[in-house]
Amino acid sequence: MIPLVAVEINFYLLLVLKILAITGVMLGGSLPIIFGELKISAHMQSRVGPYYAGGRWGWAQPMADGLKFFQKEDLVPAAADRQVYKLAPYLLMVSTLAVFVIIPFSPDLIAADLDLGIFFALAISSLSTLGVLMAGWSSGNKYSLIGGLRAAAQIIAYELPLVLAVIGVVIQAGTLSMVGIVEAQIDMGVPFLIGGQAVAFVIFFIASLAELNRTPFDLPIAESELVMGYLTEYSGFRFTTFFLAEYAGVVAISAIASTLFLGGYGFWGLDSALFGPFVLAAKVGILAFLMIWIRWTWPRMREDQLQTLAWKWLIPISLANIMVTAIFKVVF
Amino acid sequence: MSQTLDPRAAAHVSEVAVSVELQTPGMTINLGPQHPSTHGVLRLVAELDGERVVNVEPVIGYMHRGYEKLSEVRTYPQITALVNRIDWVSGFANEIPLMVAVERLMEIEVPARAQAIRLILTELARISNHLVFLSSYPLELGASTPLMHALREREHVLELIEGVTGGRFHPNFNRIGGVKPAAGGGSTQKKLAQDLPQGFLSETAAAMDRMLAICDDMDTLVTGNEIFQARTKGVAVVPPDLALAYGVSGPNLRASGVAFDLREHEDYLPYDKYEFDVVTGENGDCFDRYQVRLEEVRQAARIVSQAIADVPSGPLQAKVPRVIKVPKGETYVRAENPKGEMGYYIVSDGGRIPYRLKIRSASFSNLSILPWALKGLLVPDIIALLGSLDFVLGDVDR
Repeated sequence: MIPLVAVEINFYLLLVLKILAITGVMLGGSLPIIFGELKISAHMQSRVGPYYAGGRWGWAQPMADGLKFFQKEDLVPAAADRQVYKLAPYLLMVSTLAVFVIIPFSPDLIAADLDLGIFFALAISSLSTLGVLMAGWSSGNKYSLIGGLRAAAQIIAYELPLVLAVIGVVIQAGTLSMVGIVEAQIDMGVPFLIGGQAVAFVIFFIASLAELNRTPFDLPIAESELVMGYLTEYSGFRFTTFFLAEYAGVVAISAIASTLFLGGYGFWGLDSALFGPFVLAAKVGILAFLMIWIRWTWPRMREDQLQTLAWKWLIPISLANIMVTAIFKVVF
Repeated sequence: MSQTLDPRAAAHVSEVAVSVELQTPGMTINLGPQHPSTHGVLRLVAELDGERVVNVEPVIGYMHRGYEKLSEVRTYPQITALVNRIDWVSGFANEIPLMVAVERLMEIEVPARAQAIRLILTELARISNHLVFLSSYPLELGASTPLMHALREREHVLELIEGVTGGRFHPNFNRIGGVKPAAGGGSTQKKLAQDLPQGFLSETAAAMDRMLAICDDMDTLVTGNEIFQARTKGVAVVPPDLALAYGVSGPNLRASGVAFDLREHEDYLPYDKYEFDVVTGENGDCFDRYQVRLEEVRQAARIVSQAIADVPSGPLQAKVPRVIKVPKGETYVRAENPKGEMGYYIVSDGGRIPYRLKIRSASFSNLSILPWALKGLLVPDIIALLGSLDFVLGDVDR
């Protein structure tokens, strides 16, 4: 779907190009957010943060960290289920990467504008449960096991409000296609956040925090309880993969939230085709900052409280939201 | 065979078969000795049913350094250096009851100025100890920023302690009959101007304002937080009678609603000259234990502010013999340390070294409530309770 150049490009060449582009977007999106997290948390805590790597502001710290992990030995515990243990991080990574396929950076700049866009994203991101569960189960460590099971319970509980929140948007936009949803917002003149889906946005944001295992829902890796949860036994490259997948997840979910609720690549008075990617990046940055802010401010919830929040509050509210949206859609 | 069984027994057998099939054995998990939240090397052998604690057995002793035995081969002035390291978070406060015990046996009257300096530094140690608690407790519940804020403020207190004693954690500042005189001098009047560093009083006053400010900060950052309250309110309630039965003391006891503070009941330091409130909680849950400590920082700052307003002048040390020999006898002196009641039981046979020195440390008794209090809690609540008891393993094992 990308008319990058006017000439017809070989299918496989285009495929490779797309894969490279998505990996580039994932890295280009995650590294600044990792760096931002380092710096922002430092400033919130009266620290300086990274200072030396790369010279000014220590901008190369995320890369240096990554390189450090590459040098480390990739340990596999003797009690581990080797194959599952080794496969788990990649499964998580793939499920996160695949989400980038349907994120529209401008009306034309999208790897694949599926008719089922948002449905595909939600479906494929659920696969991350499997990676986490595999990691927890195969590590041969009780902390990992508890962490993995917590993650599974949590993601199952929060997948529902996530999907239900999106349904409101889909009803209002009348399409599942990501580009279509953005265009609907541009046509309406205001993003859905203002134009009727504020409740859905809040629910989506809370649920996505849980989906990403970030504070206050970071129970699966609760450091003070479970050491590092399902990550306890991982080291070296595989740990980096988990780490990167987490931040790629932040970028992906922020991008989806921006697309659904904040008008995606569109901004009043700016040409979408030209400024789209930058507008989207700015919106992703705002949401990511919000996540970082929450992470370094709030304590962690308890498993039962987390489930209560999902089942007794978020799901009923999002169901009510769907109903209200549907009524408005029919009436007006 | 089955014909011989009566129906009830047959039902029982089939039930057993089903439950054998479906049995979900509990998991035994070792929390510690190396674990992020066990404050050192506490080991908890917890039997879990899912995330619920069925049974828990604390294992201590990984930090045992034999201080009671070591004390039996050291002269009295040498023991001060050891007891600093019992509860290393509030090193100065550990020295006081030992010194008072020796002074009582030797019948030494400590000068008023030395008393006042001891009191100020003890309260500073209390503030620094409670700030460590206030920093680490939210961290254990998952909030990492209060850690840095409280530790940043603690640095001001440690600088004050360092300014007077020369040491941040282990001041070793008390001498039998007073406090350490200024460098190069004895206990003469001439050296008086040097015993507290220049500007100490004004800096302390400024630091106390900072302490009140950080308490307000903690209130807005942590105390009022919904999640924090949900994690701590009603969690691991310790009723007052049970707390008393287990010998729980200090803020943990007061959080259960027992207004017992040795600063009021004992006269090891002149606390009766100053006004302060004994803070108590209502429910004895984790939140109360947090709140009591937060409020105690304010009270300690209040005591220090009063004390620095009027430091009596005079000598720093009483006249003591060159070789310290404690007359035959025995005594027990206890004091309100930041973590609870700390006491030294000294038996002297009249020599230069104690015949026996028994140390009653607060954390050991506070921790003894764990097997009772942990039963039926969830794994995250273990951490919430452990953190709220505010113990250090050095104080448990000695």
